[in-house]
Amino acid sequence: MRDIQILDTPLTTQSCHDAVADPAAGGIVVFVGVVRNETKGRKVVQLAFESYVPMALKEMGKIADTLSQKWGILNVAIHHRVGVLEIGEIPVIIAVSTPHRQAAFEACQYAIDTLKETVPIWKKEIFEDGTVWVSAHP
Amino acid sequence: MKIKLIAFGIAKEIIGPAESDLEVKNSCNIGDLKRILIIQYHEFKKLQSIKFAINEDYQEDHFQIHEGDEVVIIPPVSGG
Repeated sequence: MRDIQILDTPLTTQSCHDAVADPAAGGIVVFVGVVRNETKGRKVVQLAFESYVPMALKEMGKIADTLSQKWGILNVAIHHRVGVLEIGEIPVIIAVSTPHRQAAFEACQYAIDTLKETVPIWKKEIFEDGTVWVSAHP
Repeated sequence: MKIKLIAFGIAKEIIGPAESDLEVKNSCNIGDLKRILIIQYHEFKKLQSIKFAINEDYQEDHFQIHEGDEVVIIPPVSGG
């Protein structure tokens, strides 16, 4: 089972955990991304996220395919939020259930690393004195 | 032929509107479009990377664009 969503409302770990719960699971790994208050010593006020939603869902589906093929996971939930987020809010949650824990850790790490490389979602850091699109420039 | 450009993130700020029409030659592929955009908007050259999607999939330089295609400009992604 896979639960892949892009939402403009607050994410909860409980809903991702519930989505991947499985009688055959021996472990569930949940990664929670959080908005941090600084970048390279500069104070961040907010993060603004936007997405090309249909393609983002498709790319996240490809990640789920790989988790099934490579780690034989039971279930995965990938929730990503869009809109303006405050410090401490949650932009992304990835939950993976597997029969044994090692596969869950590895699959979850692969999922968040790949999401950051391939899924068309962009974040803009909003500082007190300006804004920067993250990773846009070398 | 006429194609539709759709821009997100910093690409939207570079081009102006999120959606715009562009007239290109009939044999235009993704690589050609990239060159056209870099000439027209120098800011694209400064980006870490610039990718393109048609039909919700990334397409490489040799991919042939067709009349009426919606080409999405994908600047460096930064989700998570």
